[in-house]
Amino acid sequence: MLGDEAIAQGALDAGLSGIYAYPGTPSTEITEFVQNSNYAREHGIHCTWSANEKTAMEAALGMSYAGKRAMACMKHVGLNVAADPFVNSAITGANGGLIVVAADDPSMHSSQNEQDSRFFGKFALIPILEPSNQQEAYDMVRYGFDLSEKYIVPVLMRITTRMAHSRAGVVRGEVRPQNELHLPADLRQFVLLPNIAKKRYKNLLSNHRHFIQESEGSPFNTYIDGHDKSKGILVCGLAYNYLMENYPDGKVPYPVLKIGQYPLPKNMIERMAEDCDEILVVEDGYPMVEELLKGYLGIGLKIKGRLDGTIPRDGELNPNIVAVALGMEDTFGFPVPDLVVGRPPKLCAGCPHIDSYNALNEALSTLPKGRVFSDIGCYTLGALYPYEAINSCVDMGASITMAKGAADAGMIPSVAVIGDSTFTHSGMTGLLDAVTEKSPITVLILDNATTAMTGGQDSAAMGRLEEICRGLGVEEEHIRVVRPLKKFHAEIVQIIEEELAYQGVSVIIPRRECIVSIDKRMRDKFKNKQTETS
Amino acid sequence: MKKDIILAGVGGQGILSIAAVIGYAALEQGMFLKQSEVHGMSQRGGDVVSNLRISHNEIASDLIPFGKADLIIAVEPLESLRYLPHLARHGWLISSSTPLNNIPNYPEIEEVLEAIRGIPNHLLLDAETMAKEAGSIKAANMVILGAATPFLEMDFHLIENAVRFLFNKKGEKVLEMNLIALRAGKEFAYLHQRS
Ligand SMILES: Cc1ncc(C[n+]2csc(CCOP(=O)(O)OP(=O)(O)O)c2C)c(N)n1
Ligand code: SF4
Repeated sequence: MLGDEAIAQGALDAGLSGIYAYPGTPSTEITEFVQNSNYAREHGIHCTWSANEKTAMEAALGMSYAGKRAMACMKHVGLNVAADPFVNSAITGANGGLIVVAADDPSMHSSQNEQDSRFFGKFALIPILEPSNQQEAYDMVRYGFDLSEKYIVPVLMRITTRMAHSRAGVVRGEVRPQNELHLPADLRQFVLLPNIAKKRYKNLLSNHRHFIQESEGSPFNTYIDGHDKSKGILVCGLAYNYLMENYPDGKVPYPVLKIGQYPLPKNMIERMAEDCDEILVVEDGYPMVEELLKGYLGIGLKIKGRLDGTIPRDGELNPNIVAVALGMEDTFGFPVPDLVVGRPPKLCAGCPHIDSYNALNEALSTLPKGRVFSDIGCYTLGALYPYEAINSCVDMGASITMAKGAADAGMIPSVAVIGDSTFTHSGMTGLLDAVTEKSPITVLILDNATTAMTGGQDSAAMGRLEEICRGLGVEEEHIRVVRPLKKFHAEIVQIIEEELAYQGVSVIIPRRECIVSIDKRMRDKFKNKQTETS
Repeated sequence: MKKDIILAGVGGQGILSIAAVIGYAALEQGMFLKQSEVHGMSQRGGDVVSNLRISHNEIASDLIPFGKADLIIAVEPLESLRYLPHLARHGWLISSSTPLNNIPNYPEIEEVLEAIRGIPNHLLLDAETMAKEAGSIKAANMVILGAATPFLEMDFHLIENAVRFLFNKKGEKVLEMNLIALRAGKEFAYLHQRS
């Protein structure tokens, strides 16, 4: 099973009632596994995609309020979007077990940054679980729900791309039923008015002691003693595997502290600090534990890791990096010949975005370059050769608001290019801002009827884009739908030019289904027909 | 027995099917397996890689260390070179010689093949033509897998059974074609392995 699938199966077996998520690599397969599960269908387990991570987090909190077990899943940057309900859910606490899964992407295999979600867990003052393999990922979900229900607190589960997209065998446990609907014991628990919030916050703070105690006794934190005390090794999550890869007989001479649950187990760390001359901290992501142990002044015990250069400051760990950090000899195969060039992904042949960009480029050809703000999706590949059509990709929804800001600064016309799913994720509120001020921007909502970048999930925008734009106050005559095909090129160019000239908000919707999505739909249809007739 | 395998190719070339076949065969023998794949951006004609590790003993890391891969199995020649730092000195590089030229700066194919020939243990085969002979160029990945089978130290029947299991739902014709492609690859490898 993929790590993602192990988490989903773990949740189903532990009595999940609903999973809430917006797609995002590498977290997408957790929700898709539940969506494809017969068990989930038969037991009415919620698994429809949410509009964005914030709505997902809030809905999961609502389900927890009602006493049932809920999970919210997102990629690391999704947790930024969900940060408000996430941090406040630590104050309200949970009722039914509540787990938030955040999938980090060290080395940015498919993300804008490599932020470390453990900081969010620490910030919110809640327990964090970090599996080192697929079996632990499976087991941790049940453990996490129990921990969540014991302290009525949400629990964060942090995974990385390598964990999410790596396969290994998993042994399943017993299947337990869902919780019955039941309200929180105190009906004001979730009302964060200052005087209640203050009490709730004090309660959270006083629980911190218990969380540390839980970490000390956790099956996921282990102290493995070693005879050579010149060094102690503290490994977090997956890093344990890279350590063990360097000891094929499974015997590490140094004491090892394997961490899978936070807050950090204080006694265990004190023991390592007392026993060992120095501590090497090996963690994927930011040097969070290393910073904590080192302290601001860095006096006292010698702590090695990413901050002192023992391990590179950025990027994903691997067995070789850990070997070098241990002072072992590095291994290497053959050098890559100089002729090897990169092979970046690109828009599929026949992709509707290609026709949209060709038209946009022509419509803008008489204007100075650099006025197209864009967003995140397949269409971001329009930044590359041969289109070179867009000038930004920051965070979901930023195209519209950045275009507005640039227009406010006097860059007129400013253009925003956004995908249909990105638009309903976070573009709508920005468009409202633009309408309120009648900003001279032209917004292209590329409607390919799917969330293509992440593998073709349903798009919440399906069939209602015009309605949404009208509802937000965009004038009817400035909502223009076109069909991005070569044969309509001249017509589309003209429409874009007309709207660029308009001194207010215009929305152009190039609408044609993603060809990969058509292909998939046809194959599914064929499959269904086959099963019907057989 | 323990085999560390890097699978390389371009999105859509079917390297994950190769991984699935070897993985299934390994699990049938009660072996341990770890397989790591890169999803996401790589789907649109970009490079794709998977680390596949099978062993009778428990496996620690999801990633194969540099210089430790027993095999690089590549469905595209340029991609076969990208992961050379992983290949062990004794390791084998098995690659299709048919380039997939979807980038403007693809190097001269002769130079690419020359670089492959510079690796002490290599096996180059025109998988696309062989797949066409088997019935469809779509089976090129099975030709390559077939060519890799002599190096897997696994009973060939196990591999065949795994192909059967995985392609069964696609219908008799597709399955048969994939099996023919697989066998063609294997025969090629036995003929050319020591040349
Ligand atoms: C906050 C956040 N959530 C999720 C993602 C992952 N993500 C990147 S693009 C994308 C989908 C874009 O879909 P759409 O706007 O319809 O464009 P398409 O790919 O279909 O062209 C998603 C879900 C992200 N980068 N950031
Ligand atoms: S997957 Fe769809 S939207 Fe993405 S590049 Fe291909 S055709 Fe275009």
